[in-house]
Amino acid sequence: MAYVEHSRDVTAPAGGARVEDYLALLKPRVMSLVVFTAFIGLLLAPGGINPVIGAIAILCIAVGAGASGALNMWYDADIDAIMSRTANRPIPAGRMERDHALAFGLILSGFSVVLLGLATNWLAAGLLAFTIFFYAVIYTMWLKRSTPQNIVIGGAAGAFPPMVGWAAVTGTVSLESCLLFAIIFLWTPPHFWALALYKQSDYGAANIPMLPNVAGEQATKVQILLYSVILVATTLVPGFIGFMGPLYMAAAVVTGAGFVWLAWRLFRTTESKAMRKAGRTLFTYSLSYLFIIFLALITDRVVQMLGWL
Amino acid sequence: MTDPIKPEDKDAELIARRRRRSIALALALAAFVLIFYVLTLTKFGPALFDRPL
Repeated sequence: MAYVEHSRDVTAPAGGARVEDYLALLKPRVMSLVVFTAFIGLLLAPGGINPVIGAIAILCIAVGAGASGALNMWYDADIDAIMSRTANRPIPAGRMERDHALAFGLILSGFSVVLLGLATNWLAAGLLAFTIFFYAVIYTMWLKRSTPQNIVIGGAAGAFPPMVGWAAVTGTVSLESCLLFAIIFLWTPPHFWALALYKQSDYGAANIPMLPNVAGEQATKVQILLYSVILVATTLVPGFIGFMGPLYMAAAVVTGAGFVWLAWRLFRTTESKAMRKAGRTLFTYSLSYLFIIFLALITDRVVQMLGWL
Repeated sequence: MTDPIKPEDKDAELIARRRRRSIALALALAAFVLIFYVLTLTKFGPALFDRPL
């Protein structure tokens, strides 16, 4: 027993966080999705951008997203300690002091916003600053613990990156960039509610008012199905307004049908174990779905540019 | 059962972690300076070299 306690002392010395712990604060998996969608937004924007400046813009967006992750972990350390999914994060695991995460997040936020403004334009920088503020303050500090609609509104934070990428090139916010925003915004609720359905005991223990804990499983399944239909309908709009071509539309229809079918299957399940399994399947599928939709956006654009379709 | 970790081992671990953090911070700052330098050159563009000597 003495060994166990002592070894914990060594892994959790005050001020002794590892470099990897600081990297973990940046939520690398979330960051990878942010980088991907921002990159697509940047590539789709009309006008083009110097590759060096484009790379710096993506780096700034990635660091800004990471900074908001660090601020989230600073504020949520108490509830992270309760949930199995987050208990091993640097602060709840005792490997890092909270103040260090706060300082790290604030410094990275400042650097990423200022550098993006200097490299591209101040609209893009302002949008990035607003994204960080929205995630850290509006979502993390306010909505997450107070309303079951937390991830509906909070989903906006994850939806801004392609808009920031677009603004970095054009210096504007347009209908097309709003559509990219809308796709991620509408994708977020079914994605997270599917997770919440099979992790609801975690959220319940941490006293987070996720929809399944507050409104019940049936209401959540209805909401997931509704949002899935609206999401898939929205993904078709780029084709209808001429922003995207047949290749994108084909991908959106096929993958969208799969999304709605999985949401329908989840809606039809009544037995608890089957529901958790269906929730997990939809959650996993939704990750691939968003990736494919954004990949289809850029592939369609490239194919059109090359004149293949 | 393994022997308890000695205090000097703990100190060595702390020093090693601090050293790795310092190196990471130095690299991050160097990268930041390099990014700023490259950004400045890129912003100037070819005009940077188009001037009387």
